[in-house]
Formats: sequence, structure tokens, C-alpha cells
Amino acid sequence: MSAETLILTALLLPLAGALGIALAGRAPTLREGITLTTAVALFACVLQLLDPVLAGERPGLTLIEPLPGLPIAFRVEPLGMLFALVASGLWIVNSIYSIGYLRGNRERHQTRFYVCFALSLAATLAIAFAANLLTLFLFYEALTLVTYPLVTHSGTDKARRAGRTYLAILMGTSVLFLLPAIIYVWHIAGTTDFRAGGILPAEMDQGDLGVLLALFLFGTAKAALMPFHRWLPAAMVAPTPVSALLHAVAVVKAGVFTVVKVMVYVFGPERLAGATDWLIALAGFTILAASLVALSADNLKRRLAYSTVSQLSYVILAAALLAPLSLVAAALHIATHALGKITLFFAAGSIYTATHKTEVSQLDGIGRRMPWTMAAFGIGALSMIGLPPAAGFVSKWFLISGVMDQGHWLALGVILASTLISAAYLLPVLYRAFFRPLSAEALAHPHGEAPLPIVLALTLTAAGTLALFLFPGVPLELAQQMLVTQ
Amino acid sequence: MSLSAQLPALQVVLPLLSAPLAVLLRRGWLAFAVVTAAAWAAFAIAIGLWLQVDALPSNGVISYHIGSWAPPWGIEYRIDRLTSFVLVLVSGMAALVLPYSRASIAREIPQESHYLFYAMLGLCLAGLLGITITGDAFNVFVFLEISSLSAYVLIALGRDRRALAASYRYLIMGSIGATFIVIGIGFLYLMTGTLNLADMAARIGAIESSRPVLAALAFLTVGISLKLALFPLHQWLPNAYTYAPSAVTAFLAATATKVSVYVLIRFYFSVFGDSLVFHKLPLPQLMLWLSLLALFAASFIAIFQDNLKRLFAYSSVGQIGYITLGLSFDSVNGLTASIVHLFNHGIAKAAIFLLIGALVVGIARPGAAPPAPTFDRLAGLARRMPLTSFGIVIAGLSLIGVPGTAGFISKWYLVLAALEKGQLWLVGAILLSSLLAVAYVWRFVEAAYFQAPPPGRELKREAPLSLLIPAWVLVLASVWFGLDTSLTLGSAVEVAEGLVRHRP
Amino acid sequence: MIEHFSYIVTVFLMVAGLYVVIARGNLIKKLVGLSIFQTSVYLLYIAPGKLIGGTAPILAPQYGIYSNPLPHVLILTAIVVGIATLALGLALAVRIREVYGTIEEDEILALDHQVEAAQEPRGEQREEKGA
Repeated sequence: MSAETLILTALLLPLAGALGIALAGRAPTLREGITLTTAVALFACVLQLLDPVLAGERPGLTLIEPLPGLPIAFRVEPLGMLFALVASGLWIVNSIYSIGYLRGNRERHQTRFYVCFALSLAATLAIAFAANLLTLFLFYEALTLVTYPLVTHSGTDKARRAGRTYLAILMGTSVLFLLPAIIYVWHIAGTTDFRAGGILPAEMDQGDLGVLLALFLFGTAKAALMPFHRWLPAAMVAPTPVSALLHAVAVVKAGVFTVVKVMVYVFGPERLAGATDWLIALAGFTILAASLVALSADNLKRRLAYSTVSQLSYVILAAALLAPLSLVAAALHIATHALGKITLFFAAGSIYTATHKTEVSQLDGIGRRMPWTMAAFGIGALSMIGLPPAAGFVSKWFLISGVMDQGHWLALGVILASTLISAAYLLPVLYRAFFRPLSAEALAHPHGEAPLPIVLALTLTAAGTLALFLFPGVPLELAQQMLVTQ
Repeated sequence: MSLSAQLPALQVVLPLLSAPLAVLLRRGWLAFAVVTAAAWAAFAIAIGLWLQVDALPSNGVISYHIGSWAPPWGIEYRIDRLTSFVLVLVSGMAALVLPYSRASIAREIPQESHYLFYAMLGLCLAGLLGITITGDAFNVFVFLEISSLSAYVLIALGRDRRALAASYRYLIMGSIGATFIVIGIGFLYLMTGTLNLADMAARIGAIESSRPVLAALAFLTVGISLKLALFPLHQWLPNAYTYAPSAVTAFLAATATKVSVYVLIRFYFSVFGDSLVFHKLPLPQLMLWLSLLALFAASFIAIFQDNLKRLFAYSSVGQIGYITLGLSFDSVNGLTASIVHLFNHGIAKAAIFLLIGALVVGIARPGAAPPAPTFDRLAGLARRMPLTSFGIVIAGLSLIGVPGTAGFISKWYLVLAALEKGQLWLVGAILLSSLLAVAYVWRFVEAAYFQAPPPGRELKREAPLSLLIPAWVLVLASVWFGLDTSLTLGSAVEVAEGLVRHRP
Repeated sequence: MIEHFSYIVTVFLMVAGLYVVIARGNLIKKLVGLSIFQTSVYLLYIAPGKLIGGTAPILAPQYGIYSNPLPHVLILTAIVVGIATLALGLALAVRIREVYGTIEEDEILALDHQVEAAQEPRGEQREEKGA
């Protein structure tokens, strides 16, 4: 298949999958079969694009031109390739996990769940491959809308309130800040294409540049930069597979991906020099503040959500440093955090399915009953903290190297402090699980591991986290190619 | 003389003749067949005219002399790109609403007055097409009254007794508006000695700052604003839309106010455009502030409505604010936004009102007349009527201006026009107001998708296909015109450049 | 002053008619006001077209001065439109009288509010009544 066909296939596959799932709604096995097949086919399709991209090709595809000079177009570049690989690869694992989770918890509306999930993947891939800001914005909004039914899945009052927060923050910021920023870029630059080195005219003054950057940053609330991070903890009312793939990988990474892409391909790192100090400070603040909130959260998913908020700001911080090494770190962290965090969420969901426990304080001694789950949790935790032999170490290494290059000591302080805090909110979970005795209440309710699909999925992602530490070749190569100006 | 040369006359005459014919035939289904045939013929003619205009060089005009009397003495029909655009919208809407109305009014209007309904709809269509196509100022008034009088009757056909009061109020306010328009036209006639709009535009330059001309501009503005429901002259609209039969609400929401906007554009940009009169009065500023008030006040009121039809009626008042806001910029991009939104809002709002019509049929007890679509009756609607609910959501997204829907295109140009003026606060205001639309659309989403249906109402009971198909054609159109805009945006840009750029 | 006599009359009728439409609550009186308002427009058109001593435009040697016939024709149309509006307005007033039992605007509003208030709690019974 030619590269254009591959791009189109990658975008249409999840849509076709969604249609198939909707039609197969009455037959659960068939429905899940279609989900898995689609996920595998999608990953294979994305994988086929990898070689040409690594070889320096940038295949593209233009669909339709809704505004004159502003087509809906796609172009695969290294960063998007990396994001697409991570999202589509993890969708396979997540589908396996979803089957176990939804059946184990007897969730309702499973068809709607799988349909919306497939649609969110289509939107995510479109974001990853977007060739200009208009296309990116189109699918950014689409992603918000198709994930809304997943957030409100349970239909309870709490879910509805969370859905309102989700929609209000994500849609509100994107309409109020992101859209005018895009139209402004179009107004002054006459294009919204992503180009290496940036597209903004040279005569633009530094003040306007700062305002525009702020509009983009706050407009992309999916990146959960404070003060627009509240939607992420709210979205944790969703079933765990949603939190795992969407709110640790697809949706939030779409946010930081947009930020990195805008900084590299719209502004260009050279143009931004000196304009990002406030951003480093804000990202640093978000990292620390969110880590502290995570430290005090007893609900496991809430703790992980705030950990995500803090980790996302690592990406923003790395990008804002503008050093080549730190930009590589930003791209790498998108991949490494994804693997680590999805493992952690899988473990949280596994505990919930087996025991219906949601609080950290209830987990005493659980490691003895669920050794696989808690071992995977341990690997994920190492990755979050940034310790070898987990993938998080690789991106943190590049990040610290970048900081050293720039001599930005404040950033270094933030990174070190947050490493300690994240150790402080993740390691006690493991301590409780393995070294505390089982409580009397837990002894009265015996249970074993979660269902097999769940254990299989979290073992796979934990293994992936380790593998990425040992073989970071492909992501690293893609991240480095991102900086090559053509 | 070939038939294609007579298309401009046939465009109006066919629907006009269908009305008395429907009355003479008296039988419900015969009247339906006649008026529907006329509407489809009108639609075909509008497309034919579109192709004829397309074949002309840029900014070309088809001029048709009624009775072969040469203008400026005789009445002239003038068709340019904008005219043709509005003709297609109006006749296309009629062609969709008529097949829909047969099943819809079966529940809402007593059998014996069905033929009157069709006659009035045909008359209203003739009037609206006439306003659009004519190049004669007094003719505009006559057609305006033809369409308005038939619209009053159509609204009064509503089942609720409040429809009568709403129709009466519309009659009073509409007649005042129409009389203001005649006064304005009268002043212009006194000063220029001609009623032909093109001729008037040529002569007005010499006397542009005389007081009667300024007074004429003021009278026309107020009169037309009443007709197009510019805030705060909109009081007739919410009740009229709420209590009229569903098909009527959809048709009027998509066409009547839009044609009034067309008349406003004609007077502002074609007649006064060549002169500087436009800048002698603080009209742009006034328009700007009233539009902003409409955007915020009307959308805000919409959020708190209990009746879904009334909610979207207020939303219409707000959305009209976007159209007039675009006009107030007096720039190519602003006018483009207005013209595109006139079309995009028309189809999205018609889709919503058609679907509400389907919805009330679905929630009615078997054999009973449809109840008002209040929110307590909409609980769990998505499970009972999935297609209807989903259609309302999609069209609602277009009202919000979500990218990928037609509403986004209008919003893009509106923001671009505001940026051109260098008014950043205005950009913020436009975008903030679209979040109000999110609020009222989401009230429907939460009721339909998250509330449990009342006991005994869980069964799936979708509306008949004859209601769903026309509505879904419009729903899909409002997505289609968000992606492929060569038709809408292409012509809007051409029209806007023609109207704004050729000024001295 | 005297040469503007027709305008003074026109403006008086215009304002008086508009005032009656706005200030009166009786539906019939509103229509009377509307008719007066529309009549003023007839004068606005016809008066300037009339020349003192002018006749209809008959091409004959004994007539030298003609009045402009066009405004007369226009207003003939406007009168027809006005009558149609009045007739429809009166018909609506009759229908309103039938269903509400009154033609006072404030009483109609009060009746509507009563109905709405009564329907406020739950809507299920209302449907049976509507049917």
C-alpha cells in the first residue's frame, strides 16, 4: 500500500470498527472480536508507516478544503508517528483489558463504550497526523465530544457533574483561547501548516508572541496545565479502561502533543528564545503542586490523576526549555509516561475488579493476594519516579541533560523535588501492599487475582515499560528526527 | 421565447398560482400534491437560475422585465449571485418542509383545514421568493406583506390557544415594521423619483446627506429589524415559533428572518452602498451593540426555558445576532460571515425544529394530539427515539460552531473580521457567546441521554420516516456544508467582495 | 408653515396611530390605531404627487398640468394590503374572543399565566386534557 492509502486506512479503520461494533451490539463476543481485530489491524497499519518516516519521508494526504487555503490535511512527521504508535499499540492491550474489566464489573451500555472508544482512537490518530492547526483543532474538539459519553458512562449524578466539568473546561478553553490563537496565526501568517522552524512572520513583536503562546498553552487544556487541570481528576469517575487509555494516554497526550507541536512547528524553538521563562515557572509550579495534591489523596485513581497532571507538565517544562536535548526528552516522555501510567491504572482497575477497593488505605497486604498486579504497579511506579530499569528513566535522563545544557537551576530543583515527592506518594502503596498484614476486614473477604484478560494486559504494559528502558531505539530516533530542519 | 428566459417570472408565479388552486381543490391530499409540486418546481427553477448566474461573468446579473416594460418604469426582476443563493435556500427549504408537513400536521391541524394550510404555505413561499427576486422597492413591500399575512395565518393554525395571541402580536409588530419600510421607501422615492433599486442606487449619491435620505435609512433599518427580530425588536418571535405548528416553525425559522436579512443587505450595501450615507449615522455601532446584546441576552434567556421549542426560538434571536454582527463590520470578511451564517443557521435551525416536530409525535399518546415538548417529557428520550435525539445533538453542535459543522465556518469568518478590526475584546465576546450555546444544547443532551425515561415509556418508538428523512437531510447538510464549503463560502465571498469592494 | 400642511397632518396621524397601537390594551383599538398609522402612509405618498390644479394624465390639448399617477397606483395596492391586514387582525380578534372570552390584552396574559401556573407541577394530566 502507498503511504497515502496507509494514512487513510489508519484514520478509517477505527471508524469502520465503530460501525461494526455498533452493528454487532447484540453479540458481545463478536463485538469484542471486532474491537480487538480493529486494534491489531490499526497498529499494523501504523507500523507500516514507521519505516518510511524513519527513512526521512513525510507522507501526506489532503482530504477536503473547508476554508480557502486551509485544507483538512494530514502529514506524518516523527512526533506524530511516535504518538500514533503509542496510542494504537496501547489500544490493543487496553482492549484486552476492557473485555476483562467490563465483563468482570458487569458494566451497562458496553456497545456504546466500545463504539466511543473506537471513535476516540480515530480522533487521536487524526490529531497525531494533522498537517495544520485547523485539522488539529477539528479533531481536538471531536476527541472531547466522543470521550464525553465515556466519562459520563455510569450515568450517575456524580458522573454527570464530572461530565459538565470535563466539557466546560476542555471546550471552554479551546473555544476561548485555542480557536482565536489559530485564527490569529492564520491572520498574520496566512497559513496554519506545521513546518519545521515555525511559520510566524519574522517582524512579529515579542509581546504579541508571548500572548499568542499563552493562548495556545491555556487553550490546550488537555495538557492539564494549572489552573485548567480540574477536568482530569473529575474524569476519573469513568470506568478504569477509559482512565487508562484516554486519560493517561490518548486525551492528555493529545494535549501535550499539541503543545510540543505548536512550539516546534508553529513558533520554532529559535523564535521562542527568551519568551518561555514564565512557562517554565508555571510548569514547575504545576509539577510540584500536583505532586503535593497526589501525596494527600487517598483515592488511588485520584492520586494517579494528579500524578498525571504533574507528569504532563514535565513535557511542557521540557519543551519550554527549548534545548535540543530537552525537546527530545519532551517527545520521549510522551511515550514513556504513557506506558508507565497505563500500567498503574490497569493495576488500580485490577484491584477494583477483584475487591471493589478504591482507597490506598484499604490496600494493606494486598500484594500477597494479587502479586502480578502489584508487581506491575511497582514497575509503573519506578517509571514514574524515573528510576532504572523502567522507561521513565530514559526521558528523565534527557530532561536533566537538557536542563544542565541550559544551566536552568530552578528547573533542576523542581525536577529533583518532584522526583522525591513522587517516590513519596507511590512507594508507600507498594509498602502497604507487600509489607503490611492483611486487615481483619480483608481476611473476611477472600479474593485472588483479577480476571485473566486484566492480568495479561497489565503484565504486557509492565513488560513494555521495562523493554523501553532496554531498547529505546525507535522512540529516540523519532524524537531526534523531529528536530531536523528540512 | 424559450422557457429558460422565463424562469424568473415562473419562480414566483408557480407557487403563487398553487395557493388559489389548493383552495379550489379543497381536498387535503390534492392541495398537498399541488403545492408540493409547485415548491419542487420552484426549487428546480432556483437551481436553474443558479446555473444561469454561474454561466455569467463574475458579478453578472440576470434582468427580467415583467410584461416587457423596460426598467426603471416597469418592474424588474434582478437575479445576481446573492439573490440566487437565497432563492435556493428558500425554495429548497419549502421543498423539504412540504413532504414533512403531511404527516406532521395530521396530528396538529384539524383535517378540514389542511387545504388552507397548504394554500398559505404556497402563498408564503411565493411572497418570500418575490421579496428576494424583485428589483423594485415597492414590490418588496407588497411581497413582504403577502408572505407576512400568510405567515400570521400559518402561526394561528397552531393547536394551542396561545398561538392565536402570538399570531395577533406578530401581526401588529409585523405590520408596524412593514409600514416603517414603506415610509422609508416613500422617502427614497420622493427624493430620487424612482422605485427601481438599481436606479435608486445610482441616483442616491448626489443627495446622500440630505435629511430625508437619512430618515429613510433610519425607517428602513427599524422596519427591517422588526421583521428580522433584531434584539430588542424580537418580542413577537419566541411565542410565534413556540405555538405554531412544527412544520411552520421550521419553515419560518429557516426562511422568513433570513429573507429579511437579505432585504437589509440589499438596502445597506446595494442601494446605500455606493454613497457615504452608511457612515453618516452611527448605524454600525448601533448594530454592533444590539447584536452583542442579542448574542448574550437571548442565548442566556434560552438556557432557562422549559419548553424546547421556545428554547430554540430564543436561540434563533441570538443567532440572528451573529448575522447582524457580521453586517456591522462593513467588511468583506464580516459580510461573508453574515451570508454564510444566514444559510448555515437556516439549515441547522430548520433541522432542529423539524426534529422537534418528530419528537412531539413520538411522545404523544397514541391517537392523542402532540403535547408541548417540555423538558420533563424529554427524560430518556435518546432510548425511545435515538435518531431524533441524535439529529438534534448534531444540529445543535452546528449552532455551537463545533469544527466540522457548518456553524464553525461562519464563526471562523466572524472572528477573522473582528481580528481585522483589531478588536480583541470582540473576538472574546463572540467566542464566549458560543459557550452559551453549549449550555442550552447540553440541557437537551443531559435530559435525553442521562435521565431515566418515565415508567411505561421505555419502549423504542421512533417517529415515522416521512418526518425523519427531511429532517435528517438537513442534519447531514449542516455537516456537509461544514466540510465542503465551495458552494456556500465560495458564493458568499464572491458576493461580499462584489458588495463591499466596488465602493469608492 | 402652510406649504408643509400635508406633512403636518401626515406626521400627526402617524404618531397618533402608533401611540394607540402601543398604549391601548384592547385588541380592536390596537387595530384601529394600526389602520390610522397605515393611513398616514397613504397621505405621505399621495400628497407630494398631487399638483394643485393638476388632473389625471390624459393626453389632450386642454390639460396642461398632470398629477403623478404612480403614487396613486402604489397606494391603491397599499390600501388593499391594509384592508387584508385589518381583516385578518379582526378575524384573529374574533377567534381570541371565542377561546379566551376577552379581547383585553392584560386579561389574556393573565389567563395564560394562570394556565401555565396550574400546569407547572407535572405534565401528565395535561396531556389527557389536550387530547
